[in-house]
Amino acid sequence: MALSSDIDGTAPQDEHVSASACPACLAAPSAEQLAKSGDIKGARLMLSLPTAHCAVCISDVERELHKQPGVKSARVNLTLKRVSVDAEPGVEAGALISALDRIGYEAHELDAGMLSATENDKRGRDLLMRIGVAGFAMMNIMLLSISVWSGAEDSTRDMFHWISGAIAIPTVLFAGRPFFSNAWAALRARRLGMDVPISLAIILATAISLYETSQSGRHAYFDAAVMLTFFLLVGRYLDYRTRATARSAAEELAALEVPRATRLTDTGEETVPVAELRLGDLVRVRPGGRIPADGTVTEGTSETDRSLLTGESLPVYAGPGSVLSTGEVNLTGPLTLSVTAAGKDSSLHRMADLVAAAESAKTKYTSLAERAARAYAPIVHMLSFTSFVTWLYLTGGDVRHALNISAAVLIITCPCALGLAVPAVVTAASGKLFRKGLLIKDGTALERMAEVDTVVFDKTGTLTMGAPRPENLSDLTPEQLSVAAALAGASSHPLARALHEVALAQGCVPATLDDLREVPGFGIEGKWQGQLVRLGRADWIGAEAGDTTATHLKIGEAAPASIRFHDSLRPGAEEAVAAFARQGSEIWLVSGDVEGAVADLAARLGISNYRAGVLPHEKAELVQFLSGAGKHVLMVGDGLNDTAALASAHVSVSPASALDAARTASDIVLLGADLAPVADAARIATQARRRIKENFGISILYNVIAVPIALIGLATPLAAALAMSLSSITVSLNSLRLK
Amino acid sequence: MEILTFLIPISLFMGGVGLVAFFWAVKTRQYEDPKGDSQRILSDEYDDRPKQD
Repeated sequence: MALSSDIDGTAPQDEHVSASACPACLAAPSAEQLAKSGDIKGARLMLSLPTAHCAVCISDVERELHKQPGVKSARVNLTLKRVSVDAEPGVEAGALISALDRIGYEAHELDAGMLSATENDKRGRDLLMRIGVAGFAMMNIMLLSISVWSGAEDSTRDMFHWISGAIAIPTVLFAGRPFFSNAWAALRARRLGMDVPISLAIILATAISLYETSQSGRHAYFDAAVMLTFFLLVGRYLDYRTRATARSAAEELAALEVPRATRLTDTGEETVPVAELRLGDLVRVRPGGRIPADGTVTEGTSETDRSLLTGESLPVYAGPGSVLSTGEVNLTGPLTLSVTAAGKDSSLHRMADLVAAAESAKTKYTSLAERAARAYAPIVHMLSFTSFVTWLYLTGGDVRHALNISAAVLIITCPCALGLAVPAVVTAASGKLFRKGLLIKDGTALERMAEVDTVVFDKTGTLTMGAPRPENLSDLTPEQLSVAAALAGASSHPLARALHEVALAQGCVPATLDDLREVPGFGIEGKWQGQLVRLGRADWIGAEAGDTTATHLKIGEAAPASIRFHDSLRPGAEEAVAAFARQGSEIWLVSGDVEGAVADLAARLGISNYRAGVLPHEKAELVQFLSGAGKHVLMVGDGLNDTAALASAHVSVSPASALDAARTASDIVLLGADLAPVADAARIATQARRRIKENFGISILYNVIAVPIALIGLATPLAAALAMSLSSITVSLNSLRLK
Repeated sequence: MEILTFLIPISLFMGGVGLVAFFWAVKTRQYEDPKGDSQRILSDEYDDRPKQD
């Protein structure tokens, strides 16, 4: 077992273990807490704030949230870029998000798994405490050791050793526990982790020092044992911090969808898990809901948004007889579906199969640290054991001397620098990326990112916002605009919402309308100054349908006006594409959208390789084909149709607005709306990998010098302490050189 | 050398006070948001507002 997977295996597992090891005792307090937060404290909401960065942001956001009705308190955590809000029950995150949006802050709702969040902190605080204890002990012991090294003799030296021991032994027992328990777990699974040599070195150093002290010996390694614990704990804590920040945010962003469906029965409606849906069941889907299973519409008219599934940017009309697939979003009116395929046969399930196939086809990436650690443990044990046997032979059976030397070898070779080399760089790099709005979900993602030479972009929702913007509002008279804004405000249709938003932003005051009603699948109508006004589909209004996305406005008997929409480019898309081109990467644009729209965007961004009308499995096949040709592919995508491609790519990025499945399949999540940081990520990753390798080089160099000294028995506790702290400080400083 | 019998316990005690202070800081969650705290001192508003209700 290896360094990174050791850490890998423990950090996430421990939390999951704590959640599952004793479900009963954990379930009870959690239920209690839930009840408490529901009844007394009201709602607790967590919002992610990718763009917050300064004191003004903090007070702006907190002041704005305090102004919202029902909000009791709001507190920004700038380190994690999120705000936690205590509010009365019934306060919706959506309202707070739009309030923040009005004052210019982007916000996303996080699923406040409060219990797991506090659990995470507990682990971090626990490690921090152990670091504090180890640090305290290290400084005090060092104080005494320096007196010994500078010449304290006889009973003074013995007294200092005894005091050092009295501090060191409890410290090692307390602070070293994470290593001991990991090593024990590794041994029980019959493998050698990084923690086995670490624990052995710490325990052996302490035990031998204790024995030497009792025999009034000259050398004691208490300081080395404690220092080792301290530096390695720092490495472990850094590693934990990076993972915890990334994991909690990525997990909390997820899972707002509940895999449930509303089934119609003879007696009424019932809510059932999607897995229980059978062929021929009638399912009701409300506006805003996701279609739970493939089916045919039997009742109701509406429009559906299938952009996440197919990449098509226009909403599609749905009426009786229309065939819908799982995952589409119902936009305007309630629909009743007759299920034609559920469970294994549904289109969504076929997609999941694709993802599973893609993942199993991908070879597991072995990180640099893993490779280093795999070679490391056997070498160290062998060296130490050989020196023990050799010295036993040379001295004619002096066990005490031989043990002393083999302990010195273990301490000197102990992977202080190795244990810090990777976490320090990864922390520095992911901290840098986090400030730019990128969340690294997987520890090895950075290393893989460094190897990227081909970038595949999805179109809708990735290079474009996936949200239409009206483009010709200036053609409307102020009167038309105010009526249109008022009509649009009554609907949750994406075109209507965009129109409403932009009109308000332009300072338009919506007209007062009567008898507003939405005609699902067609549009909205109302009465304005006694005239019938309508906003909606061309055929309903009586307007000419064009080939662009548009909605139409008719006031009374006047000629209808068209409002055209276009999908705006995601900010930073141009920069990202240009930066990748500069780095010499091959760039692809692959979309399920129609040829025209894709070619248009490709030309605008200067991408020569593009494919339009691509089906989900073809996307994955393209990525696999490129990988097969020896390329390291970075896939950037957001939709369900990208999931398989994301999973089969060497490394993948998805924006925070992406579907859960896509975010889960990708290694890096883009928190803000801006796409430009993705290119920075590739640059920083390349740099980080170089630093990691340099750090390994430093560690090896130091071992090459120090190990022979230890082997011939010349290593003193002073030499061990000097070498250890020097190498740890050099690797830490080297990691900070990341730009 | 007798002075050591005072100095060592005193230095250990002072270190111990520091350690306890560190424990207290960790327990009261003062390390939760180091970046935010460093920015908050620049703001004129009192953020430790009196408890409502």
